Amino acid sequence: MIARLLAQIGRPVLALLAAFGRVTLFALETLRHLLTPPFYGREFGQALLQIGWFSLPVVGLTAFFTGGALALQIYSGGARFSAEAVVPQIVAIGMARELGPVLGGLMVAARVASSIAAEIGTMKVTEQIDALVTLSTHPMKYLTVPRVLAATLAVPVLVAVGDSIGISGGWLVGISKLGFNSATYLTNTTDFLEFWDVGSGLVKGAVFGFIVALMGCYFGMNSGRGAQGVGAATKAAVVAASVMILAANYVLTGMFFTS
Amino acid sequence: MITLKGVHKTFGLNRVLRGVDLILPKGQSMVIIGGSGTGKSVLLKCILGLVVPDAGTIILDGQDVTRADRDALLARFGMLFQGGALFDSLRVWENVAFRLLRGAKAMPKDQARAVAIEKLRRVGLKASVADQFPAELSGGMQKRVGLARAIAANPEVIFFDEPTTGLDPIMSGVINTLIREIVVEMGSTAMTITHDMSSVRAIADQVAMLHDGVIRWSGPVAAMDGAPDPYLQQFIHGRAEGPIEGVR
Repeated sequence: MIARLLAQIGRPVLALLAAFGRVTLFALETLRHLLTPPFYGREFGQALLQIGWFSLPVVGLTAFFTGGALALQIYSGGARFSAEAVVPQIVAIGMARELGPVLGGLMVAARVASSIAAEIGTMKVTEQIDALVTLSTHPMKYLTVPRVLAATLAVPVLVAVGDSIGISGGWLVGISKLGFNSATYLTNTTDFLEFWDVGSGLVKGAVFGFIVALMGCYFGMNSGRGAQGVGAATKAAVVAASVMILAANYVLTGMFFTS
Repeated sequence: MITLKGVHKTFGLNRVLRGVDLILPKGQSMVIIGGSGTGKSVLLKCILGLVVPDAGTIILDGQDVTRADRDALLARFGMLFQGGALFDSLRVWENVAFRLLRGAKAMPKDQARAVAIEKLRRVGLKASVADQFPAELSGGMQKRVGLARAIAANPEVIFFDEPTTGLDPIMSGVINTLIREIVVEMGSTAMTITHDMSSVRAIADQVAMLHDGVIRWSGPVAAMDGAPDPYLQQFIHGRAEGPIEGVR
């Protein structure tokens, strides 16, 4: 009875550890290929465009509305202890340290991890990955490295843009609905923010970008057969990327802001 | 010459290859026949190094392919995949010139494009197709582009995986003729996997039948019809009755 119970607990734990090990090995292999030629510049450029440029609208809109909602929440919550005036500072710190990178990362995970997993998964089931190998091209170098590198570089830029737009959203709500003076709002924001508030968010963005592309590539490369296999890989990539972003965010926040 | 000795491959509980012994002489065209799921594609992928055999040796011109320099080895091969396996994101000419544009001996773009267009012409496609994307082409045209890609770098060995699957009989005939012409013209060694007996007769110098994970029969195509092997006869005549169990 106890042995059966332990086995039932042990099996998923072992499966989880094995999956973690496979992802770790995949990440290490990606890093190894990142440091050795050949490099595929055109594929990197295309990935940068797809992951960075084309994600700007969704990240920008998310940040704008989040900044606006954050201003409303802080104003209403702060009113309970007469702290309405801290809206600019809290919006700025909240966007730069947490909401900019986390929401940006999650939006990119939804948009990019799914698209990478579906694209590579389809390439696998239609034998395009095998074709790459027969054409003396390593799939990790041609497909994974450009995407992982592009996401690691592009997501911090998206986070920076998202921070600016989110803070602008808070400012717009602040001056139009909450009665703040525009110049005072901006002065409070810029005076209060420190370099590391923004810098930590950018570092988080780089880590989240790496996670998003890595998960997309990993699940795409390990996709099952047929449409169902590709669908399952796509879903798993988004779920895994999202959970890992939230877990990594906790770890990074602990590293950066607790001493 | 390609020599396979005792090649085994198992996936889980499924013993796909159970000791394949086969010799493909240089410059010959061999067709591997056999029922669905008998491991024909796995055999081909073992030779290419896409699948690692569990046991046995595969020798290409005296060199063990599992221990050879992978890039140098693959540079000697061309492969036409069953579904074409063209890269959706690249134009037709970029697909054909894929190998020519990359690697230590990469050609300038203009030169690679010219070679690609010449190869497209060789397989009966117009130069105007070069700038289209694979999704804009019919199945038969995609097969031809795949064929052009397989021969683009003038390989010594060409593999054809089900080259006529999904094509109408006329297009199948065109592809079979093209394969035969190209193999003879280039003097390449060729290995084809197919169920299509008209392809076998059009393409093969040698035929080998894979059944139950081993080579059941092999010999010249001219000897195939007169061979006494009941498995071979059932397969080539498409009979429901015989030693090969059919699922009904």
